Amino acid sequence: MSLYCIQKLLYQLNRDPYTRQRYHDNFESLLEEYELTKEELGAIREGDIGLLYVMGVNGQILMHYSALIGQEWDEYIHAMKEGVKSHGPVRAGIYTLLKGSES
Amino acid sequence: MSLVFAGACSHAPGITGRSERADPKLREEFYRNLGRIRECLEAARPDALIVVAAEHFANFFMDNMPAYCMGMSDEYEGPIEDEEWLAIKRRKIPGNPDLSKRIICDVMQKIDLAYAEEWKFDHGIMVPLHFLTPRYDLPVVPVNINCQGPPLSPLHRAYELGRTLRAACDAQPERIALLGTGGMSHWPCTPDSGKINVPWDKAFLDSFIHNRREDLISYTDEEIFADAGQGGFEIRTFLTVAGATEGSTGELLFYAPIPVYAVGCTVATMAVE
Ligand SMILES: [Fe+2]
Repeated sequence: MSLYCIQKLLYQLNRDPYTRQRYHDNFESLLEEYELTKEELGAIREGDIGLLYVMGVNGQILMHYSALIGQEWDEYIHAMKEGVKSHGPVRAGIYTLLKGSES
Repeated sequence: MSLVFAGACSHAPGITGRSERADPKLREEFYRNLGRIRECLEAARPDALIVVAAEHFANFFMDNMPAYCMGMSDEYEGPIEDEEWLAIKRRKIPGNPDLSKRIICDVMQKIDLAYAEEWKFDHGIMVPLHFLTPRYDLPVVPVNINCQGPPLSPLHRAYELGRTLRAACDAQPERIALLGTGGMSHWPCTPDSGKINVPWDKAFLDSFIHNRREDLISYTDEEIFADAGQGGFEIRTFLTVAGATEGSTGELLFYAPIPVYAVGCTVATMAVE
């Protein structure tokens, strides 16, 4: 459920101008509406794109959050690579499709 | 009338948004071929253009994800993304709700299609329109195939959607054009962005151009993910075009991997006789 919640927050931030306004006006009150773990809250607050990627956020959602916090494209790619280096491989979501089927 | 045009092309946001970062010669050749299918499309004098796309969490999310959805609005808007990021200005795009409704009703005889009266186009539709209908004067009927959030509908169903769309188009009085737009192997917006499996793409395109249904539907999602990345799931859009032109073959006008666009850039047409 948790990965779903964090992706939903980022999806709504990407797509809904009202949510984006609330992000600018009062981010903390917006965050309260989503069931997020401590680690997720930290990653969101810090704009830790690398950790969000490792948690399993789909890049099609994540790249827009990266742009929202002012990263250039190359910074975005770099942040994900750094994330994997410091937090290990992606843990959940679409990029773990083959997990378990690999011997 | 019937289907009067069928084609396929790439839609990666880098094609417009990071345009200047590609090898200029390759980019111009790609753009020139997009111009060629625009001319083919115009020569077919269509009344409407069905765009079979694979959107990227613009309108649909995992709270309610349709396998297939068709637009039924008189007007759409796009791009949903930042205009500067995509380098395409936001605008309205005309639709044709009456035509949409007739096609939806026909398709529903065989495919459980969702419909949407509100739809914001993302780069998956805006990039192709930018090149193919630059005046935005041709009514568009968008179709989405969920290629982003598994479980995804099986490949043979994407082909079947094409067959069904074809029958529905042939039953309408309008002249209808069909465009499929997706990537083949690519790893968009991941650390592997820019990786392209050229032999995989070429083998797929060969099956597509020759419309070999058995080959086209033979991949499992695990195989696609392993060899072609999560972006490879978008081949469903090509399969729908192949299904709509079953029995015909096509022409590959352009294929070249352009890593900064994160995809093997493709332009193709399929015969519609
Ligand atoms: Fe795509």
